[in-house]
Amino acid sequence: MTAYIIRRILILPLIILGVTFLIFGMLQILGPVERSALYVRDIPKTEAQVAAIIRRYGLDDPVHIQYYHWMLGRVDPETGKTVGGVLRGDLGFSRTGRQPVTDMLKQRFPATLELALWAMIPIVGGGVWLGIKAALHHNKPLDQIFRVLATIGWSFPTFVFALLMLLIFYAKLNWFQPGRLSTEYMLLVQSPVFTQYTRMMTVDALLNLRFDVFIDALRHIVMPVVTLAVVQWALLLRITRSSMLEAMRQDYVRTARAKGLHEKTVVNRHIRRNALIPVITIAGATLAGLMNGVLVTEIIFNYPGLGQMAAQAALQLDVLTMLGFALFNGILFIGAFLIIDILYVVIDPRIRLS
Amino acid sequence: MTTDSTTPVAGLGKIQPDTLRKQNRMERLVGPEWYRLLKGLVTNPLSVAGIVILFGFIFMAVMAPVLAPAPDPNWNTNLIPRDGYKPEPKPPGTPWKLNVPQTQPFWYSLTGNEEWVHLLGTTSGQYDIWYGIIWGTRTALFAGSVVVLASAAIGILVGSVAGFYGGWVDEVLMRIVEVFIVFPGLVAVLVLSSILIPIFGRSLWPAIIALTVFGWMGYARLLRGDILTNKERDYVLASKASGAKDMHIITRHVLPNAIFPTLVFLSLDMGAIVIAFATLSFLGVGVEVGYADWGQIVSFARDWILTLDQHWYIVLFPGLALLLYGLGWNLLGDALRDILDPKLRGKTV
Repeated sequence: MTAYIIRRILILPLIILGVTFLIFGMLQILGPVERSALYVRDIPKTEAQVAAIIRRYGLDDPVHIQYYHWMLGRVDPETGKTVGGVLRGDLGFSRTGRQPVTDMLKQRFPATLELALWAMIPIVGGGVWLGIKAALHHNKPLDQIFRVLATIGWSFPTFVFALLMLLIFYAKLNWFQPGRLSTEYMLLVQSPVFTQYTRMMTVDALLNLRFDVFIDALRHIVMPVVTLAVVQWALLLRITRSSMLEAMRQDYVRTARAKGLHEKTVVNRHIRRNALIPVITIAGATLAGLMNGVLVTEIIFNYPGLGQMAAQAALQLDVLTMLGFALFNGILFIGAFLIIDILYVVIDPRIRLS
Repeated sequence: MTTDSTTPVAGLGKIQPDTLRKQNRMERLVGPEWYRLLKGLVTNPLSVAGIVILFGFIFMAVMAPVLAPAPDPNWNTNLIPRDGYKPEPKPPGTPWKLNVPQTQPFWYSLTGNEEWVHLLGTTSGQYDIWYGIIWGTRTALFAGSVVVLASAAIGILVGSVAGFYGGWVDEVLMRIVEVFIVFPGLVAVLVLSSILIPIFGRSLWPAIIALTVFGWMGYARLLRGDILTNKERDYVLASKASGAKDMHIITRHVLPNAIFPTLVFLSLDMGAIVIAFATLSFLGVGVEVGYADWGQIVSFARDWILTLDQHWYIVLFPGLALLLYGLGWNLLGDALRDILDPKLRGKTV
C-alpha cells in the first residue's frame, strides 16, 4: 500500500506539469496578435502599437521560451522588473475584475468554499440516505420512484433548475433572495463593527455573534445550495444504491442472517459499513460536479464567488482570468484525487492489507 | 435465461429439433446478444418512455420545416425569426407581425388561430420561442452526435492502443488521460471554447471542438479496462497463436466485445453533452445571438429574473425541451446498462 501511495505522489509533479502544458497549449491556440489584446486594457489602434506589445511581452518568441517565461516570469525590457510567472504567483491581470488574477482568486475563494461546504451537507446526507433507502426497498415502488426522480434530477440542466427556483421562491414567493447578503447587512458587514475572520459570511456572522446576519446569509445561500444538491443527489443515490445491493449479496451478510442477528444489526454493521466504502471514490466526481455547478449557480444567483468570476470572464472572453481559474481548478483536483486515493486505501482493509 | 423462448411463429417449422432453445425469427436475424438487448428495451417501461421521447425529438427535427415554417424561402433556417426588437418578452398567443411564417401548415387550424401567433410567446428581443425550440432540436441532435461520435472515436483509439499494448505505452497514455481528467469538465470546456471563439467566430464549432477535446477520456478508460479483461481470453490468444496481426486482433476480436459497454456510455453521453452544450450557450460562449439553440433561448431569461413570474414562458418551454431531451437519453442509457451489466444479470436479491 505504501508503495502505491508513494508512486501516486511521485507521479504528481508529472501530472501538474502536464496540466500546465495543457493550459499553456490552450493559450498558444491564439496567435501573437490576438494574445497581445490580453495584455492591454484598450484596443491598440495601430499595427505599430500591436507590434510593440508583442515585442514587449515576447509573444512571438519560440514556444519553449514562452513557456519558460510564462512559468518563471521574464524581465520587462522597459522597466527592468521581473513580471509574470505562474510559479511566482502571477497569473496576469484580469480584464473583467480590474485586478491581478491571483488577488481575485484569493478574494473570491472563501465565498465559493462556503457555498460548497453548505452544499455538501444535503448532498452527502441526502444522497447516501436516499441510496440506502432505495436499496433496502429494492425493486419495490419506493425504489422505482427514487430511481425515476434521480434520473430526472440528473437530466435537469443546472441553469434551468436555478431559474425555476428563482421563478418560484424569489419572483413568486420571495422567500429567498439572490446575492450574498441584503444591502443593509452588506453595509454592516463592511463596517468596522463586524470583523471578517474567514470571509465566509455564515461563519463570520456566528463568530461575531450576529445571528441576524447569519439568518440573512442563510436566506441567500439556500437557493444555490439546493440547486447544487439536486443534480448531485442523483449520482450519490445511484452509487450508494448499487453499492448497497452489491454488499447485500455477500456471503458474510448471509452468514450474519443465518446466525440469527437482528435485521437492524445486519443492515447497520454488515451491509452499510461495507457499502459506503465505494461511495468515497465518487467524492472526486462530486467535487467536479460542484465546481461545474458553481459556474452556473453563482452567475444566476448573483453570488460573488469563483464561478461568477469565471462565467463573467467567459462572457467577455477574458482568457487570462479563465486560465487562472482553470489552473486553480487543476491544482484543486490533483490534490483532491490524491487525498481520495489515499483515503480509499486507508479505509478499506481489503486493499490496505493486500 | 430460458424466458426468451416464444410461441412458435409461422415459418419456423424448419428449425432443427435438436435446437436447445427455440429462437424466433427476430432472434435469428439479429443474433442472441442484440435480441436480448432489444427485448430488454421494449419490455422495460422506463426505456420505452425514453425511446418515445427521443423519437418525438427526431420527429420534431425531421418535420421542422412543417412544424415551424420559415418566414421566406431564402431564410437561413438556423436563425430564429424576430418580431421586432423590443426587449420585453411577449406571452404565448401574441399576434405575429414581422417576419411571419409564409405558409400555414395543415395542422395550424388545430390551434384555433386564423393568423400566425407566437404559440409559445417570444423571448427578449422578440425571438419566437416555438420556432427556436423546434429548430433547436436539429442543433441539439447535430452537436450532440458530432461530439459524441468524435469523442468515442478518439477514446476508442487511445483506449484500445493503451489496453492492447500495455507497458510504457499504456503508462504514458493513461497519464495523459489523467491530465485531461483533472479539469472539471465544464471549466475546461468553457476556457477552451472562449479561446476558440476569436478564431472560429461564433458558431457551433468552438463548443463542439471544446466538448470533444475534453470528452474522450471516459471512452478511453472504458475501452482500456475492457480490453485488459478481454485480451487474455482464449479466442484472442488463439488468434495470436495463429499469427494474426495486432490490428486484426483489435478490430475483429477485441473491439466487438467492447461495443456494448460503449453503447451505454454513448447513450448517457448524448444526454450529458446536450446539457453541457446548452450551459455553454447559456454562459455566452456558444452560438451567435439568434441561433436556434435551446441554451441560448433560456439565456435570454437572465435579464428578466426579477419579473420571471410574469415571463415564466421564457424559461419553462425551452427548459422543458432540454430536460426531456436529456431525460430521454438517460432513460435509454440506464435501461441499456441494466440489461448489459453482467453484475445485474439474473439478479435474485
